[in-house]
Amino acid sequence: MSAITEPNVSSTSTTAPPRRRRRRDHTYLFMALPAVLLFFVFHTYPAIQGILYSFTNFRGYGDYDFVGLRNYLQIFQDERALAAYRFTFVFAVLATVLVNIIALTVAIGLNGNIRFRNFLRGIYFLPNILSVLIVGFIFNYLFANLVPRIGEALGIAALSRNILGDPQLAWTGILFVAVWQAAAFNIILYLAGLQTIPYDLYEAADIDGAGTWQKFRNITFPMIAPFFTINMVLAMKGFLQVFDQIVALTGGGPGTSTESVSFLIYKGGFDGGQFAYQSANAVLFFIVLVVVSLAQTRILQRREVEA
Amino acid sequence: MTAQTGDAKRPNWGVTLLLCLGALTILFPLYLAVVTALKTPQELANSVFALPSTFRWQNFTEAIRLTNFFTAFRTSALVTVSVVVLTLITNSLVAYAIARNQHKRFFRYLYYYFISALFIPFPIIMLPVVRQTSAWGMDNPYGLIFLYVVYGLSFNIFVYVGYIKSIPRELEEAALIDGATTWQTFWKIIFPLLAPMNATVGILTCLWAWNDFLLPLVIISDPQFATLPLVQYIFQGQFSTNYNLAFASYLMTLAPMVIVYLLAQRWIISGVTQGAVKG
Repeated sequence: MSAITEPNVSSTSTTAPPRRRRRRDHTYLFMALPAVLLFFVFHTYPAIQGILYSFTNFRGYGDYDFVGLRNYLQIFQDERALAAYRFTFVFAVLATVLVNIIALTVAIGLNGNIRFRNFLRGIYFLPNILSVLIVGFIFNYLFANLVPRIGEALGIAALSRNILGDPQLAWTGILFVAVWQAAAFNIILYLAGLQTIPYDLYEAADIDGAGTWQKFRNITFPMIAPFFTINMVLAMKGFLQVFDQIVALTGGGPGTSTESVSFLIYKGGFDGGQFAYQSANAVLFFIVLVVVSLAQTRILQRREVEA
Repeated sequence: MTAQTGDAKRPNWGVTLLLCLGALTILFPLYLAVVTALKTPQELANSVFALPSTFRWQNFTEAIRLTNFFTAFRTSALVTVSVVVLTLITNSLVAYAIARNQHKRFFRYLYYYFISALFIPFPIIMLPVVRQTSAWGMDNPYGLIFLYVVYGLSFNIFVYVGYIKSIPRELEEAALIDGATTWQTFWKIIFPLLAPMNATVGILTCLWAWNDFLLPLVIISDPQFATLPLVQYIFQGQFSTNYNLAFASYLMTLAPMVIVYLLAQRWIISGVTQGAVKG
């Protein structure tokens, strides 16, 4: 209150007097500190605990001892964990590539001179707002009941039974559902990117007699390079953590053929008494995610500059 | 969007047709979900595609009874609304404090601290946090609300800080000169100006809290506190003999977000785009 007279002197000044600034600092601290403390208690502290547990033989209850790196060494010899990593990576790479191809194609279509533009955009974005779990349940039914009937009618042996029950094919069902749903999000991002391209570029290319493919390669794709980077990194990061689709479609089965790393950590950690072991797996998974995301960003951004 | 007035008279029907066909791959599974929810098991056995002879609304009432739908609906609604409101109020405030003090080392490190947490996958904190929340009596909807608000901080601070930096400081300084405290300045000047980002954060948080499955799955131990996705999961085994009931139940879980989407489609799409491009 005492400060009221002071600013009148320098009412046009854009910098606050120093004495006042120091008092404001406490307000800012008071705004930020509770959140920081809570974030530490409920996010950072559990993460540190998880890392500490990863060096023990803790089962989630009872006593435990420190065992050093034993859990980590075991993961590299654990066929089930290795299979989960293989499955997760193959799935994530395929899903990322498919989603980006489909999303870019659809986005270019939606950005073109078409009828019902807003309506179609609305439809293509719809899957993104639906619960992944419920979508998985719906497709689970379709794979079990509808697809076999179509397979029989068309005489395709591979589709005549429930693909989710086949250890060799179950992953294709998960891939299909994941791509069906995730494409929506990437379509909208690509569409936002396409709208930043000035139309004159295409007019100039038309005058130079460029074909459709040439225009795509030399104008569209370079111009949306940053959006390509974002979409690739976000999609990959999301698909590596695939969980809901697996629960809804296969529960990791048949056998353990469709267990992702997240699913294995959940299942082994809560039901399998492998609290410490799966904590080690989670730490390893964290390192893998960071390395993949950073490498991807690095490589894709270099490409942006060259383009 | 750009100057295309000349071509606007000649829409590209070929591309339109292809996109309509593509849209069918999205609408067809949803169509099947709706007709399945309205059939008898007998009708379903005869034909998966066909429309039902009469709409069997009892499937919905029966599913409501079996899943205790309204209990779960109330839980999900309570969680989602509380999380959205609390997130908008608290996360923007923290972001403001950080954004306006980035010249100070302490706040700059706070910013990096929150952002770097974006890289930490949930499985790494999942096992310890479940022990922690159950030991502290937070294995209920209130604990869930709390965790969503806290876990949203990383991403929300990122998008809010980027936006707040673009707001000219002169506005706040004018308010300070008029004798407003920093709190008053935030609520009266900054918070209203954050409207576009509030919309983005609100929409993304709403979709997250309503649809999320993993956090309720590990946190909620008592089935009476289950959120809607969790209820569908718990009852899925029971339903496996009656798809009609299951689909009625699924549709009721999806419906609220679909209705919100139909009403606010434009904002949702632009909100999600803004959030993601920042992210």
